[in-house]
Amino acid sequence: MIQVFKDVKIDWLANRRIFIAISVLLMLAGLGSAMVRQWSPGGTEAFNLGVDFKGGTVVTAKFKQRPSPEEIRAALVKTSVHDAVIQPVIDKPDTVLIKLPLSGGSDAESQAQLDLGRTRVKSGLNQFGTEGNKESDAYEIIATDAVGAVAGAQLRNKAIAVTLAALVGILMYIAFRFEWTYGAAAVIAVFHDVLVTLGFFSIFQWEVSLTVIAALLTLVGFSVNDTIVIFDRIRENRRLHRRESLYKITNDSINQTLSRTVITSGLVFLSVLAMVLFGGEVLRGFSLALLIGVIFGTYSSVAIASPIMVWWEQRLEAAKKSSATAISRPAISGSRVTTASGRKPLPSTAGKRSRGAGGA
Amino acid sequence: MKKKNLLQRTIIIVLVTLVGIYIVIGPRRRPTLHDFTWSGIKATLKSNINLGLDLKGGSHLVMRVKTDEFLKSLTEENASAIRETAKEAGLPVKEVKAETAGGNYRIVVEATDPSKLGEIQEAVKKKVDLSEWTFSPSGNIATWTLTATAQRALAEQATEQAKKIIESRLDAVGVAEPLVQRHGSQSSHQILVQMPGIQDPERVKQLLKAESKLELVHVVSPPSPQPAQTYATEEEAKASLGGTVPQNRRVVPYAERNEPTTAGQTADNQNPVQKKWVVVESPAIVNGSELRNASAVQGRGGASDYQISFALKPAGAEKFGAWTGANINEYMGVVLNGEVKSIAFIKSQIHDQGEISGRFTKQSADDLALTLRSGALPAPIEYQEERTVGPSLGEDSIRSGVRACVFGLLFVVAFMLFYYRGSGVNAVVALILNMILMLAGLILFQATLTLPGIAGIILTIGMAVDSNVLIFERIREELRSGKTIPSAIEQGFARAFVTIIDTHVTTIISSLFLFVFGTGPLRGFAVTLVIGLLINLFSAVYVSRTIFMWELSRKRKLESLSI
Repeated sequence: MIQVFKDVKIDWLANRRIFIAISVLLMLAGLGSAMVRQWSPGGTEAFNLGVDFKGGTVVTAKFKQRPSPEEIRAALVKTSVHDAVIQPVIDKPDTVLIKLPLSGGSDAESQAQLDLGRTRVKSGLNQFGTEGNKESDAYEIIATDAVGAVAGAQLRNKAIAVTLAALVGILMYIAFRFEWTYGAAAVIAVFHDVLVTLGFFSIFQWEVSLTVIAALLTLVGFSVNDTIVIFDRIRENRRLHRRESLYKITNDSINQTLSRTVITSGLVFLSVLAMVLFGGEVLRGFSLALLIGVIFGTYSSVAIASPIMVWWEQRLEAAKKSSATAISRPAISGSRVTTASGRKPLPSTAGKRSRGAGGA
Repeated sequence: MKKKNLLQRTIIIVLVTLVGIYIVIGPRRRPTLHDFTWSGIKATLKSNINLGLDLKGGSHLVMRVKTDEFLKSLTEENASAIRETAKEAGLPVKEVKAETAGGNYRIVVEATDPSKLGEIQEAVKKKVDLSEWTFSPSGNIATWTLTATAQRALAEQATEQAKKIIESRLDAVGVAEPLVQRHGSQSSHQILVQMPGIQDPERVKQLLKAESKLELVHVVSPPSPQPAQTYATEEEAKASLGGTVPQNRRVVPYAERNEPTTAGQTADNQNPVQKKWVVVESPAIVNGSELRNASAVQGRGGASDYQISFALKPAGAEKFGAWTGANINEYMGVVLNGEVKSIAFIKSQIHDQGEISGRFTKQSADDLALTLRSGALPAPIEYQEERTVGPSLGEDSIRSGVRACVFGLLFVVAFMLFYYRGSGVNAVVALILNMILMLAGLILFQATLTLPGIAGIILTIGMAVDSNVLIFERIREELRSGKTIPSAIEQGFARAFVTIIDTHVTTIISSLFLFVFGTGPLRGFAVTLVIGLLINLFSAVYVSRTIFMWELSRKRKLESLSI
């Protein structure tokens, strides 16, 4: 039988500081990008929010012979559409997105902009020929999306609320199935994935649309899956080997499930890659978010969720012990105090020594 | 015993598969030979699956009913009714005001004498229905306030009524299979309209939005044969009333035009030839709610000269007849959406027929007549979201979605066969069954397949194969620890099952939140993912297990397992 990993013995937890440092750096990079972009005068905004969240109009036009963006802009300016953003579609050279932002102003003003967006673009583009899908027509408007400022804000709030509610739901389920420390660790890891992915969207200014939110929620589910597979194994191993330390059990569990983790993540990565390559423009944001999410979701289950859970459980254990035997000082992390149940706190140096030779 | 169990499982699986296949590609009528050909299957599949607007093309509109405007006009109407009552009954009332600022709706009545408040309340009660308003006297001022509960109920009523009117307008204009439903939370007063196949919704948008408030009013002017009294500016018209407009008068624009008008346009964005102002009496003689019928008829001015003829209901006709009988040679105006469309003097008594001339084009006259027939919207509406997808883009999306699905499947199948050999076949069978049953589930629940829905299918492929990977890896582990093949399979399934349940439940939790609170595209995604995951519990666990059982039962003693 072909096997990716045979008897791996990697001491994952020994590297927890490096892992957490990497994650913190990535999150800081995203946060930094968002803050710099938001506060620097004349710069872009923290996120490149699509019309779904910011309001505005996007007209997708398909030309027989596409004029250059400059020509299109000039034509639009002639019909007094001044603030249009012209964006050619990458994989379809004959198609172009024309974006009209909502230019603030009063409610009535933005309402009128919204109502007339399509008409205004159409009258501008009519300078190239007629609109329609007949042979003689020069171009066709194949899609429009217009979202009002109020609706945009509504969608934005809803997206945030849904994401947070889903996280709480997952936390409660894991707390019910395992213990709440497990749930908290899993949710922290997933939250980390969401932040890192959003960081990428801020750094590269990819557009955040409604489907990106769907992708974020999917990655939440996916990353929690990975974490649960490991936690399930930890729970099982703790029942089987009551004398082993949580530290060792966690490392063993990660190693035992490593083939599954790599195979599944690899396969999901490949199917998402199929979406990036063949899914077309509409799904691009969605599949990009997932692609990043799959990578960090897998990483965080091993490198974030497990160390946090172990650290937390040991804190609780130590607290319980110090209250039980009031005379003895609480165990300091790093000393090799074996507790009654056979668990021991994270050894800071011992772990490194026992690191196995196996590696990916 | 074991054999019987296996037989039972096989029968269940075969039945479910056949039913699934029938649901997916079986026609919903008596099958013909053509249904068994490739093109026939494709056509039935297309008609069985309920495609979303983003895949089949169409328009999606979200509008909000401005219920605050409705409550405002209700308050004003009631205030003017009280005013009328006070005048008729000679009540000691100094002033009646409607206050509608800041989400509070109040009618404030100032009496000449505090002791008369009771008398006023009694008299008003008899004439005006104020059962939803709370009365509170203070000094010589009586206040009726609309309660919060009543506000909510009335706003809800207005939204429902607007929805009905929109439905009837869509029906009248001939939009095929429109979907009209409430959108968002109940208190958001939003209505969602989906129109498959409508690529340019401009006309429908105007049509739905048209308030079409018709009033027949008395124009204040010296009687015919003198010409009707008009004013060049609004200020001039007001000056004729002594600077301020009294409660029983209104100043309305009057556009005499030679150009055809387009319905739905407001006074300031058309090209009026001469914009004038007139003073009219308030309230109107009759209004649009008394309308029985309206239709577009061609006028004398040729192809671009259409007018609208209307007929009144009996009660309205009686009022109208009485007024016209008593006011021969007086001027009457037809006011549409707050603008005078035409002015004519009364030649003789008119009972229930009338005409609105305004040099309309045929389409605008048709649209106007249609909106007049369907009744006025209780409150203005505003568009909050408009999304249209042309059929070509929809087909494109289906193509790229299907392509991504197929490539995803191929990747996964190739890998599983390569990595798990014989057992890989197991996973592939389970995967294909999952796809079939997922489509069947979509059709069965009449769920809508959207582009993000296709993404959900692709993700389900990933999740489905994960279940198999979990099981197979576990079986391998058990084999390595020295267990016999049957017990390794048994243990592998049993242990992995716990994990599979946990992973599925968490994903379903996050999808359910998307389904319940999400909108349009997000819902489509959640639907396919949830259906796919539920089916996966059957296909990846039950079916795959049965295949293993079958393999075990074939040989008395299995020497090796291809995994």
